[in-house]
Amino acid sequence: MTSANARWVAPRPAAAGTTWLYSLLPLLAAIALAAALHFGLQPAIGPFRTNVLMNIGINVILAVSLNIVNGFTGQFSIGHAGFMAVGGYTAAAITYYTSFRVWGDALMHGGVLSGVPANGWLTAGDALFVGSCLAGGLLAAVAGYLVGLPSLRLRGDYLAIVTLGFGEIVRVLLQQSDSDIPYLAADVQRMSVWQMARHLGGALGFSGVPFYTTPFWVWLFAAVTLLVAFRVKRSSYGRAFLSIREDETAAEAMGVALTRFKVRAFVLAAFFAGIAGGLFAHEIGTALNPRELGFMKSFDIVIMVVLGGMGSISGAALAAAILTILPEVLRSPPHVWPLGLVAIVFVLMVRRKAGRRAALTLAAVTVALEAVRAAALWQGVNLADYRMVLYALSLVVMMIVRPKGLFGVREIWDYRPLGRRRAATVAVG
Amino acid sequence: MTKLLQTLVDSIAVGSLYGLIALGYTMVYGILQFINFAHSDVFMVGAWLSFLVAVRIGGQTATVEPSVAKALLVLLTAMVCCGALGFTIERLAYRPLRQAPRLNVLITAIGVSLFIENLGQLKWLFGAMPQPMPRLLPDRPLFALAGVNVNLLDVIVVGTAAVLMLLLNWIVFGTKLGRGMRAVSYSPPTAALMGVPVSRIISFTFVIGSCAAAAAGFLYATKYITLQQPAHETWIRLGLKAFVAAVVGGIGNIRGAMLGGLLIGLIEFFGAAYLSPNLRDVYVFAVLILVLLFRPAGILGRATVEKV
Repeated sequence: MTSANARWVAPRPAAAGTTWLYSLLPLLAAIALAAALHFGLQPAIGPFRTNVLMNIGINVILAVSLNIVNGFTGQFSIGHAGFMAVGGYTAAAITYYTSFRVWGDALMHGGVLSGVPANGWLTAGDALFVGSCLAGGLLAAVAGYLVGLPSLRLRGDYLAIVTLGFGEIVRVLLQQSDSDIPYLAADVQRMSVWQMARHLGGALGFSGVPFYTTPFWVWLFAAVTLLVAFRVKRSSYGRAFLSIREDETAAEAMGVALTRFKVRAFVLAAFFAGIAGGLFAHEIGTALNPRELGFMKSFDIVIMVVLGGMGSISGAALAAAILTILPEVLRSPPHVWPLGLVAIVFVLMVRRKAGRRAALTLAAVTVALEAVRAAALWQGVNLADYRMVLYALSLVVMMIVRPKGLFGVREIWDYRPLGRRRAATVAVG
Repeated sequence: MTKLLQTLVDSIAVGSLYGLIALGYTMVYGILQFINFAHSDVFMVGAWLSFLVAVRIGGQTATVEPSVAKALLVLLTAMVCCGALGFTIERLAYRPLRQAPRLNVLITAIGVSLFIENLGQLKWLFGAMPQPMPRLLPDRPLFALAGVNVNLLDVIVVGTAAVLMLLLNWIVFGTKLGRGMRAVSYSPPTAALMGVPVSRIISFTFVIGSCAAAAAGFLYATKYITLQQPAHETWIRLGLKAFVAAVVGGIGNIRGAMLGGLLIGLIEFFGAAYLSPNLRDVYVFAVLILVLLFRPAGILGRATVEKV
């Protein structure tokens, strides 16, 4: 640790009695952001793009939470979809069956924020939805504890395999659940809780879950996840995580309880993955079935974290957003040269001499992308089919050229286009 | 009794294939200390290539005449191509990272794995819907043992796998190259000082591991001809089970891989036959977790102490 992180260590002088306001402010900002996206953006972009907007939020939660394990702590989990599945199925089951018990059907009982303005502002349905998401997160966290406690004594690659195995076990068990989901209130009334937990839709997936998920809820949870991630990164916990990542032996020698902190990172990540699963389960247009939540989904999240930067919260979030939008963009790729031109001019303006090389690189990239676009249009190739090939290739190239990911441990705003690059927010690496 | 014997025959046939794949994992781990995630993809490519070549030279599924010569041709093509694939992977993806932290190499391996399986699914390569495998090898009940038919195909599969394993065993323990491999796995810098061409040895390890995986891919595709999975995930999952076999046997240990393969085959098939057929993957991964908890070095592995 150098003095560069002094900014974050120094306590903020605050008048007595107003500190709670400071800690509440970001939360209010999160609500404001979620409300802005919900009420401002959603009507303007139509239902399809609204779905993309929600998917971005869910993927941001997943990537940022996995980043706590893979990025901060330097462990390697490739079973994140398993936690997502645990949370998603828990939330879905709670909402679905409680809905029947309380209202006699599994229809929407939410308010404005869940997309049903006729029902008023906040309703019992909203509370049920948020509660079931949180319950899903908690159960996922318990799963994270159970997986983490024994297996985190293992070294990196063994841990990866165990988390993969966990994800697969979850998937297979969900596949074996009873596919017969009752849709009559009378049938549900007769079921015991245990029977409800057995009837999760099997290989066909859990259908009939009411669509509570809206941009507001997704982005509220996403903002909270981001907030927690930032707070954790700058706390003593975060420094312990980062020290484990840099050198386990040295961290242990400095008094960091390795297993305990690894498990904490795991539990935290699993909790948010569970919440993301809950949001996913209640989203319109997604299928909550075990096939969707296999190791391919885990790999998707890993790609976001690795490309964004191992340890960079904003990087992971940005990568999640880009990788979610990319398939939609690739379906009918737009011209890139206007964007490239703007970037080149910008670089040349702010960096003058030093910007020349960057401008040349940008020009080359722009030309290459335009060539790919032209070739794809000419041959009638759908570039979206090549999406995964592209990601995989960039993963390999990234590891060879820039192993810490796009942003490394830095955050996006640590880059100053106008001046010298500032030291990392947390001065490690 | 019949069920028991039948399960035993099946589990030995599949277990020997797991062992064959596990050898590739374990040899690479022994030398470079990292999990070659892309190994299960090499296995998959081996199976896909077998489909492709077999259909090309063998004709349609229904009309094909069993022919050992054709089968050998398919097997050799798959092995040579996959050997080249393994060599290329090591050369392009892993060699630049030889000094990098292990985590980076692991991520690269996952990247290579994703790259191969998604590239292979493109229309102009293998496509997302491979054909069913033509039956190139003869299959008939060979003899009955306590009411259980032992099929010729099972014997061929186990026999080929056994021959290849013995061959590998001989390469590693009986040849100069094998001595080089063992030297590199003991300590790469020391081996280099003693005049062992480390890079060449590593390339060679990848090539023979990939050949073994390709052979396993061919044999598996021949044994389960209906496994015409468009989904790569099935093949990857088989490869992962083979990795579990390598860990259970003691990763880095050649004989451990063979033992682990058989053991995983037994556990999977007996679990499927006597407990629940749908949970076979669960047994395998549960065994993995148990082994890692109580004997992380595997059955035949040596426990290592990390020194500072």
